[in-house]
This record gives sequence, C-alpha cells and structure tokens, in this order.
Amino acid sequence: MKLIRAIIRPEKLNDVLKALFQTEVYGLTVSRVQGHGGETELVETYRGTTVKMELHDKIMLDIGVSDHFVERTVQAILRSAHTGEVGDGKIFVLPVEKVYRIRTGETDEAAVTPITVSTA
Amino acid sequence: MRSLKLLSWLLLFLALPAQAQDAGEATISSGDTAWMLISTALVLLMTPALAFFYGGLVRAKNALNTMMMSFIALGISGVLWAVLGYSLAFGEGSAWIGDLSKVFLTGVGLEPSGSIPHLLFMAFQGTFAIITAALISGAIVERMQFKAYLWFIALWGLLVYAPIAHWVWGGGWLADLGALDFAGGAVVHVNAAAAAVGAVLFLGPRRDYGRQAMLPHNVPFVLLGAGLLWFGWFGFNGGSALASNTSAALAFVNTMLAPAATLIVWALLDLTRTAKVTAVGAATAIVVGLVAITPAAGFVPPWAALLIGALSALPSYFAILWRPRTRFDDSLDVFAAHGLGGASGAILTGIFAQSTWNGTADGLLFGNPEQVLVQLLSVLAVLIYSSVVSYLILKVLSLFIAVRAEARAEARGLDVMLHGEEAYAYGEGAVLLLEHERANGATVAPAPHPQPAPTS
Repeated sequence: MKLIRAIIRPEKLNDVLKALFQTEVYGLTVSRVQGHGGETELVETYRGTTVKMELHDKIMLDIGVSDHFVERTVQAILRSAHTGEVGDGKIFVLPVEKVYRIRTGETDEAAVTPITVSTA
Repeated sequence: MRSLKLLSWLLLFLALPAQAQDAGEATISSGDTAWMLISTALVLLMTPALAFFYGGLVRAKNALNTMMMSFIALGISGVLWAVLGYSLAFGEGSAWIGDLSKVFLTGVGLEPSGSIPHLLFMAFQGTFAIITAALISGAIVERMQFKAYLWFIALWGLLVYAPIAHWVWGGGWLADLGALDFAGGAVVHVNAAAAAVGAVLFLGPRRDYGRQAMLPHNVPFVLLGAGLLWFGWFGFNGGSALASNTSAALAFVNTMLAPAATLIVWALLDLTRTAKVTAVGAATAIVVGLVAITPAAGFVPPWAALLIGALSALPSYFAILWRPRTRFDDSLDVFAAHGLGGASGAILTGIFAQSTWNGTADGLLFGNPEQVLVQLLSVLAVLIYSSVVSYLILKVLSLFIAVRAEARAEARGLDVMLHGEEAYAYGEGAVLLLEHERANGATVAPAPHPQPAPTS
C-alpha cells in the first residue's frame, strides 16, 4: 500500500477529481493548504501597505491505494493538474505501514479497496 | 384643491419634463423637496446594495471585482451624468436624443423644476443612470477586464442610457406615443437587461461554465443586498412621483405589495419543484417583484400590484431554470430578472393601469386596449436599441484594448489579478514589500530562504 499525497492548484481540483474517478479511485481526503513552490509572488496593496504574498492557496489530496493502483493514480493527477506554469504542485508517494477501515476493522489491501454501495 | 393641482403638475411633468420646466410659474414645495432629497439618497443606496447582491452570488475569488463593478459606477456614471449625460437625456433636443444645452449643468440651478429645485431633479435622475449601468455587470462577472468595463459603462451611459431616458422621460418619441413607464421598467430594467444580452454575446461564457458548478460564495450577502434594494426602491418608485403626494403614496405602497406577492409565488414554485424553499430564490424573487412593479407603481391599483408581483414570478422563475442549460452565460441572470421582470411589468401596466387611481391613463382592463401595444412597442424598441449598441460598443473597444480577462486571471481569480486585493485575506505569508525592493521593479524575485513543505 502507498499513500499518495498530491499538492495541486485549487482551480484544478475539479479536473483532478474527475480524472481520479474515471481511473476508479474513489477514496480520498482533500485539505485546503497554503504553500510556497517557487512561483513569483503576487503583489497586493491595502491602503498604504504593499505586500508580496509568499504563500499561495493550494489543495492537498491524500489518497491511500494498493500497490497496483499507484501508477494509474499518479498518471491521472499528472495529466489533470498540469498547466505548464510554475506552481502546478507536487506528488509524493509514501510507504504505508498499516491501514485499518474503521467501520469493519478490515486491514491493509481490503481496507483501501473501495466497496460498491448500492444506493437504493 | 391643492392635491389636485399637484397631481396635474405631476402628470404634465411625467409626460414632458423638459417642457414642464419651461412652463414657469411654478414654486418650490418644501414637502416635495424633502421627499425628493430622501428619495435621491435611497436610490443611491441601491447601487451598494446591488454590489452585495451580486457579490454574494459569485465565487470568493471574484467577490471584490464583482462588487467594484457596481461601486465604480457611482464614480463614472455619476460624474458623466452631470457633465454630459443629463443634457443628452433631458435637454430639449429631438424625439431621439436631448441636446448639449445643459452640458456641465449649464442652467441647472435652484430654479423650480415641477415643485422641486432643478438641481435636485438632475441628481435624482443621476442615481438612476448609476444603477442602470451597474445592473449590466451581473451578466458579465468573473471574466471581463476591469479597464474595459470602465470604458464600457462610460460610453454606455452616454450612447445608450441617455437617449433611451430621453425617449421615455425627456419628451422623446415614446413619451409622445403615451408609453407608461412610472419609474423605469423599460428605461432602467429592460435597458440594462438588453445591454447584458449584448455583452454576454460579445464576451462569451466563463471558461469554467458548463464544466464545473460555480456556487454563490456568500448567500447572507445576497439576502442583505436584496433587503437593501427593497428599501432603496421606495425612493426609486415613490420618488418617481417627483413630489410628496398621492401618486407617491400609491407607488410606495405598490412597491411594498408587489415583491411580497412575488416572494410567495416563488416560494410555492420552489416547494412544488424541490420541496425546499431556497434563500437565493427568495432574494431573487424580491428583485423580480421590484422590477415588475417599477413601470406600474404609480399607475395601477394596489390589488393589481399584488397580481403583477405574483404573475411576474413565472417567466423569470422558469427562465432561470432553463438558462444554465444553454451556452448563454448571463452569469447572474440579469435578463431573466430584469429583462423578463421589466417586460412583464411594462406589459401588465398596459393592462391594469386605471385612471381613477392615476388620473391619467387607462389600460386594457379599463377600456384602452391600445395601451398594451404601446407598452410592447416601448419594450421592443429599448430591447433592440440597447442590445445592438451595447454589442457594438464592446466590439469597438476590443479593437483598442483587451476586453476579456486572460485564462490565468480567470483561473486564479480577478480580485488578486486585476485589483491586487483579496476579499478574504488571512495575511498569512504576506511579507511587507520594502522601498528598495519596490524601486527594483514590480516583479519580486522568489524568496531565497526555503519554505517548509506544506505538510502537517
């Protein structure tokens, strides 16, 4: 199992979600974060105060996947989060020691395999 | 009878304001002047109110840009009205446009215009010119260059608003035909909506349109804006009597009743469709009801105001449901609310106008079926002229400057990219730009010190 942590542009979140769902990646956590990725600072002015904004709003996705899902998940994000400008973000793939699904107590592979819920 | 005399003055004034001023022998009434001073302030408040209404409906990253589109009209349209617009609208001129006789407020002083100072009449009309320009902005939010917008509303106020105001209120051809437009159903609302159509057709949809949901970022702002609009609208309609008299009272009460009826019908439509009454729907309903009663306010009996409010909900409600399925990105539904609301109101005025209430004109129900045709003609004339000329203004502007914001600015948000501000700045990561850094040029080099990765 791996934990895929991707940091992307907020305006790309919809595209990335669409790409992930098409790749059959359904389990993920999204956080709003701020970060600095070397892009040029934006300059803002409030009355007499001029500031450069060193932190940019970003979205962080945490996705736990089984090993054979890593490559296609990463490819989906690479494809959908790309604009070509500085500030597109990063993808980290981290080892995971143990995973539990809280509802059932399932562990590891079983815990990161999505179940299909029938919506009656 | 003093009230009768005032009423006859008012009627003359509504039909032919320019001539009314020349009729002379009028005196200034302190009561009328007091009411018109208040009404002018009330209508001016509607533009900031509109900023909140529109600002709440857009995404957080474009909140300031959207609100500024209304606020900046207070400056541009206000100044241009005094300098040139008022003369083009209310100068004697021809049937089509005023003249240059009142440029820079020449001859606009404290002499009576009706029963109020001429200068006050000019200011009251100026607040209408301001909000009409601001109304257009709802159709083209989240994608227009701000500089191009400034040029657009400046030219629009002179080339579109002033002539149309002249047609109806300045003694122009629609006034001669006997079109009834108490407070601007055609001049303000159909006019702004038609301009909105021209602008949307020229600019095209937002890049995210139809690809992702673009939700209102602050619904309480939308409700606040709708509430303040209603408050200001008492001046808009009540003040359009241009006196503190029975006609003002009728318009005032109708302004209270019509949106109340719209609100109920809208809520019932919401209930039957989704079983939930929405807040954005309620705010929209109030505006639609206010728009619909605007042309009718001083002409129809109160029971008709309730009916006009109720009926006007229908076309707007269903247009707002249908429009997002098209590629026509009239982002905040200016056409559905102001175009259809204004047209419904104008046509229903031709049906429900009753001379026993307004002392001047009857509609279809009271034996004057032709009034409906005159009303229809005034709506169509405004619709065609305003949409075509608005489109052409943008076309000509686009030959000189960029009218559409860049893709990057649209993605990142127009607040930061076009205004250098954020509506909801937390101040985290904001570093003071010192004098010597600023002197070295606008673009700042990336910070030399590494930042920690934004992980927990």
